[in-house]
Amino acid sequence: MTVTDTPRAATVRSNVQARPSGFLRDLWTVAKRAIRAIPREPEAFLPALFIPAFFFIVNVGALQDLTEAIPGATDFSYKNFQLPTAIIFAVTGISRATALVTDIQTVYFDRLLLSPVRRLPLLLGLMVSDFMLVMALCIPVLILGVIVGVSFGTGVLGLLLFILIGALWGLAFTGFPYAIALKTANPGAVASSFLLFFPFAFLTSSTVPLENLTPWMRGIARFNPITYVLEGMRSLLSAGWQWGEIGKALLAIAILGTISQTMAMLALRGRLAQN
Amino acid sequence: MSDLAIETVGLKRSFGDVQAVKSVDLRVQDGEIYGFLGPNGAGKSTVVKMLITLLRPTGGKATVLGHDVVSGASKIRLRIGAALQDASLDEKQSGREILRLQGALYGLTRKETDVRIEELSSLIDVEATDRWIGTYSGGMRRRLDLAASLMHSPDLLFLDEPTTGLDPHSRVQVWDEVRALNKELGTTIFLTTQYLEEADELADRVGIINNGLIVGEGTPEALKRSIGADVIQVSVDDNESAVAALQALPCVDKVETGPRALLVSVNDGAAAVSPVVIALDGAGVKIGELTLRTPTLDDVFLELTGDRIEVSG
Repeated sequence: MTVTDTPRAATVRSNVQARPSGFLRDLWTVAKRAIRAIPREPEAFLPALFIPAFFFIVNVGALQDLTEAIPGATDFSYKNFQLPTAIIFAVTGISRATALVTDIQTVYFDRLLLSPVRRLPLLLGLMVSDFMLVMALCIPVLILGVIVGVSFGTGVLGLLLFILIGALWGLAFTGFPYAIALKTANPGAVASSFLLFFPFAFLTSSTVPLENLTPWMRGIARFNPITYVLEGMRSLLSAGWQWGEIGKALLAIAILGTISQTMAMLALRGRLAQN
Repeated sequence: MSDLAIETVGLKRSFGDVQAVKSVDLRVQDGEIYGFLGPNGAGKSTVVKMLITLLRPTGGKATVLGHDVVSGASKIRLRIGAALQDASLDEKQSGREILRLQGALYGLTRKETDVRIEELSSLIDVEATDRWIGTYSGGMRRRLDLAASLMHSPDLLFLDEPTTGLDPHSRVQVWDEVRALNKELGTTIFLTTQYLEEADELADRVGIINNGLIVGEGTPEALKRSIGADVIQVSVDDNESAVAALQALPCVDKVETGPRALLVSVNDGAAAVSPVVIALDGAGVKIGELTLRTPTLDDVFLELTGDRIEVSG
């Protein structure tokens, strides 16, 4: 403990007066704290770099020759096909939900609630940070793709849209872990939300093209929003500007995002109502 | 305008079938330090949570600084500060980051926030402000928590067990700060504590809560006077015979059975010691230890609830 000669805080009369901030300032205040925390918790995002890189290399190594030898697949590039899968693996399930649980458990969330901050930015601010993180996570995966020879048929604009679609998907998915975090305030339950990732990520055309899946698997994949997100992203790599595919990808994201974010908002309302 | 900082009438809060707060009536004057005393589980923190708008009452009414805690919650939040029972700080942020965040949450500009951090620097270890909270000691966390709750210069400050778990030096520092806040700036302070000494040292008035009900209220002096001028604390080998013998003495006001000794309330302690010893001897009761002292809030608590406060932390 350092002993200081400064006069006691209480003896200093202050002219400051609390006032409500605007919605955007509240949002940015909450987001800034979450963004600052990202590099301080590398354990939260390093697996999201390792896992997609691992699957990309292993899948390409195992299936490239096989898939490119399929009759009729003359211009098919399995590396191009796999890159969107790697991006989806990188961004799905990335959120500050565990940090939110810690805030609830350590009563820091109460400190936020007893301030005049608006309630919605308490959740949306975390999502702003998630969006920035998933955008950032796309970059090393893309660099890996470029190193092994992936090319963008739609150029720089296509590349940017490619990243945006991946990041929007990541953002749409965050509603699930936040809903669980707010509902349960239990880190174990939040961690188990990762299980949702498996049906989304594997009951789809993540490893082989849709038309080469067995009929039952193809049937399921058609109901999986990731299928359309992957198709939209792949179109930007190989097929040029196919607005139909891109539109389907954005619609799939919008539908899933509406469901997951509605769940998160209801969970937020429930948590506030508990008070 | 009312000079009441806090007013509650029949305030209640239930959790399912459990009535944590049964009915609490409080009138805290503007500018006073009100000590809210009670054992763990008495309902202190639940009352505080309702007053700081974190918890809705399930019955009754409460106004804070003239605003209803339900309909005027957002107005209340702008004018109150609170340091909650567990220093609620983010371990992976620095002290300065926590204070800046706090300033932003209350709408302060960056310049105003930095001025306030400078003004509050006596509370926080200046050399530690840029270190992560995770490296802070318990005392440093408590003082930073207090500093955070003062960032926006609140008119009313809630301190929920602010010194629980602190070493004596840190405890005295917090007490000095609380006194100065009240005396120099006129900040009203609602202080919950399980430390009787703390309530005695700081509070202008004390409310005692037990099982969700206010069982006593008044200045510490008045509460202590209510149980007699002096207390003779005596440990004996036969409580029953001793109580019977002592109650027969005209100089004895009251005899309470405490966990370790009998507490004999008398008006003139010095004059009563001799008759007490003679009466016990006459009843064949052996005296282990005898102490003459003035009453404490602990005696008041025992008188009002039949139990002593179990201090934790």
